Amino acid sequence: MTTKKLAIIATKGTLDWGYPPFILASTAAALGYEVQIFFTFYGLQLLRKSLDHLKVTSLGNPGMPMPMPMPVLLQALPGMQSMMTVMMKQKMKSKGVASLEDLRNLCAEADVKMIGCQMTVDLFGFNPSDFIPGIEMGGAATFFEFAGESDICLFM
Amino acid sequence: MTTCDKELDARGLNCPLPILRTKKALNDLTGGQTLRVVATDPGAIKDFQAFAKQTGNELVESGEANGEFTFVLRKKA
Repeated sequence: MTTKKLAIIATKGTLDWGYPPFILASTAAALGYEVQIFFTFYGLQLLRKSLDHLKVTSLGNPGMPMPMPMPVLLQALPGMQSMMTVMMKQKMKSKGVASLEDLRNLCAEADVKMIGCQMTVDLFGFNPSDFIPGIEMGGAATFFEFAGESDICLFM
Repeated sequence: MTTCDKELDARGLNCPLPILRTKKALNDLTGGQTLRVVATDPGAIKDFQAFAKQTGNELVESGEANGEFTFVLRKKA
């Protein structure tokens, strides 16, 4: 049986959208897939050493369940985003949902290959030392080298 | 209740942790040995069937009692 391959492009840098790439990558690895994730634009935030800065926001996200109905302008008040992030983290913990750091570590342990987009690093002036060790930097062609042979390819 | 070579308590953990911990626990076993997993994630029933099917580890037992799901897997030889 040949090894199946999963390629993921992670483009979002919020706490909630950090989950899909790491959940699917770690699970696929547990099922025996060879997995690569290409982190580009805001997705690069998911490769920072600490993920404490990631937040959730209800702004532009009317699907987010709120504990009480709240006008959008109120949601934009200073401190609201931080408060929602704290509440989301508490909820996740109480429901036994893994932290993003844990899932990322599980991915790394399972040999999920993580590639950062070099262009984005240059664009935003990131310092390579901002990122976790063990990742590679590359461009679109680097991604296609693996994605072109993948069985599943997802954009997130 | 059959005795297993290894036990894994995955109660209180949510997707995908029960599967990831199971995969890790299976790594410590040799082919033919069995692992019992107890979980509370309702999604685990389908996930363990899918895990067994895709990895070739046999799902020997699958049961539910008092909101807890028990699975016994036999590691692929």
